[in-house]
Amino acid sequence: MIKKKTFSIGGIHLDKHKITAAMPIVDAGLPELVYIPVKQHIGAPAKILVKKGDKVKVGTLLADADGIVSADIHSSVSGEIVKIDEIIDADAYPETMIVIKVEGDEHEPNIDLSPTIISEIPYTPEEIINKVRSSGIVGMGGAGYPTPVKITISEGKKVDTLLINGIECEAYLTADGRLMVEKAEQIIIGARIINKALGIQNAIIAIDENKPEAIEIMSRLTKKYVGVNVCVCQSKYPQGAEKQLIAAITGREVPPGKLPVDVGCIVHNVGTAFAIYEAVQKNKPLYERIVTVTGDDAAEHLGNYRVRIGTPASFLIAKTTQHPEHIGKIIFGGGMMGVSAVNMDAPLTKLTSGILLLNDQDAVKPPEIACIRCAKCLDACPMGLRPFAIASAIKSNDFAELKRLHTQSCIECGSCAFICPARIPLLDYCKLGKIEVKKQQ
Amino acid sequence: MSLIISNILILGGIGLVAAVVLYMVSKKFAVKESPRIKAVEALLPGVNCGACGKAGCHDFAKACAEANTEDFKNLHCTVGGQSTMQKIADLLGYKTAEKDPTVAVLRCQGSCANAPAKFEYTGLKSCRLVSRIATSQSECPDGCNRMGDCVRACKFGALRLDDITGLPVVDENKCVSCGACVAICPKKLFEIRPKGKNGERVYVACRNRQKGAVARKNCLAACIGCTKCTQIHPDIKVQDNLSYIPMNVDASQYGEKLAQICPTGAIVYTGKKEQQS
Repeated sequence: MIKKKTFSIGGIHLDKHKITAAMPIVDAGLPELVYIPVKQHIGAPAKILVKKGDKVKVGTLLADADGIVSADIHSSVSGEIVKIDEIIDADAYPETMIVIKVEGDEHEPNIDLSPTIISEIPYTPEEIINKVRSSGIVGMGGAGYPTPVKITISEGKKVDTLLINGIECEAYLTADGRLMVEKAEQIIIGARIINKALGIQNAIIAIDENKPEAIEIMSRLTKKYVGVNVCVCQSKYPQGAEKQLIAAITGREVPPGKLPVDVGCIVHNVGTAFAIYEAVQKNKPLYERIVTVTGDDAAEHLGNYRVRIGTPASFLIAKTTQHPEHIGKIIFGGGMMGVSAVNMDAPLTKLTSGILLLNDQDAVKPPEIACIRCAKCLDACPMGLRPFAIASAIKSNDFAELKRLHTQSCIECGSCAFICPARIPLLDYCKLGKIEVKKQQ
Repeated sequence: MSLIISNILILGGIGLVAAVVLYMVSKKFAVKESPRIKAVEALLPGVNCGACGKAGCHDFAKACAEANTEDFKNLHCTVGGQSTMQKIADLLGYKTAEKDPTVAVLRCQGSCANAPAKFEYTGLKSCRLVSRIATSQSECPDGCNRMGDCVRACKFGALRLDDITGLPVVDENKCVSCGACVAICPKKLFEIRPKGKNGERVYVACRNRQKGAVARKNCLAACIGCTKCTQIHPDIKVQDNLSYIPMNVDASQYGEKLAQICPTGAIVYTGKKEQQS
């Protein structure tokens, strides 16, 4: 059964940075105030249903999805709404947020908090989709695409394989790995629920080889469930990217500008599968997630935390270190694709899979020197692009050339910038190229 | 010896036949172009900036040569200006339309002092990239990122970043109002405005659409939408907490008044003095 698969072009091997891989998930506790943004997904911001002074419980609906590509937002704590205002988030964008003052920890009565695992799925596909929709679930791998859209197959499309993405190839992050170890059965049932909604029988849980514990547990448990299998992949970055994962496991190539559904695949993150299980079987809306707090030597108490959505990053950082002055940079997400945060009080959202703390020395970017034409970026690019050519097209303002170089296919994995010996910010150039190509269309 | 001669004869023969064929083909399939196009193109600056709305200088020359009297009035080479258009008109026997010279103005005063940077940016120096990943370098979401994409886009060297303010400065004498900076700026901060008599211009140098108090917090020189300027001239309108002075407002008549009444100094009046100095 164990045969290590991977994608054929590009990719890089990251150093072993999974410091927190063996640390069990612990509860982060409740902060004094939570800041819940009304837009934590791709699509339209949700419509606010509450007002200042309202009392809410854990799981109370705060904002309703505005349209199909949008998601419900639920309260993650119980307490009183003290403010609804535009607040600067981690990316320095002012976003509408609902600020709740925490009082006690009272859950909505229909939420099942018992630890029993329910494996029977007595619901019809429509019921499942409605439950997922009313729980505000979005893709938790980082893109934040509303899940109800992804488990509904539009007419004319045919899907035969569901891939549960447990690769977590990102540097430093271990949240998904821990979830697979501790909540393996729930994830498998979650995969079966998605299967039922899609009307297919075949689900593959992809795990990369650097998580032996998760592979062992998953392989053992999948024997109990028909139609769910484990596939072990090589540890290579970006193995966890949607297109690379499909290429590795099914050998199918997603054409540029197309979606996985066009080649008969649907990819869901393990975190999403777990959230779907909790939503369908336990009536629990998405109000908490696992966040890895990590970093080489910037903090003392690193680990995997179960965090209520809207918790300020500063609360979590204060829990992990007594000396926040040693932190040079805070990155929301992993080491490769994470975004450096501007605001330490920015809240964690449904999409924050980790907080990476860099110390003062690591936070400094080395200076850029001239390109020596080593073509390492070419070998590293998993999409087969030419990052150095994109960079020179940008430098010479040749925007027509960008389109010929298929800049819009870039998945922004950062492999080129990571591998570049001249430390040219190639990823930045590619991102800029994508902006320009978009402008032309 | 005979080998050399035969080689020369064979190669020479092939060359001669090919030359004759090429000559015939070039004569038969020659693209006939009006000689006037060439003559007009020779008068143009030849920078292919595209500011006229055509694909390049050749395209513009073609449009000029093919235009009738009415169409010709709509054609204008901003780089060459009135003098170039006059030369073309003389050549073609048309009359040029009177066109005020224009210049690009920066509608932002978010200097390092007025709107300090809220974070230290270490990535690629590009305004477009910064505005994608983090809206703006300062607190103002509509303000200048001070990274100089416009400076790199300007083909005429009319822009430079000021060392102290960090903002791009337009060199009035070099700017040909080609619009490259207008197109590249992710915040749409540049506007092509008439140069004005004696270089007098008045405009609102702000694009911040936040409410007054927030805008003021973002930047010391922000337009707070107080509507005081609308009392000076009826055409001035405040929309989304932001005032806009239309180009028909006479700068020499109202400019000084407008600049004085603006409580934050968001309205810029260039005045006559600058022209003399």
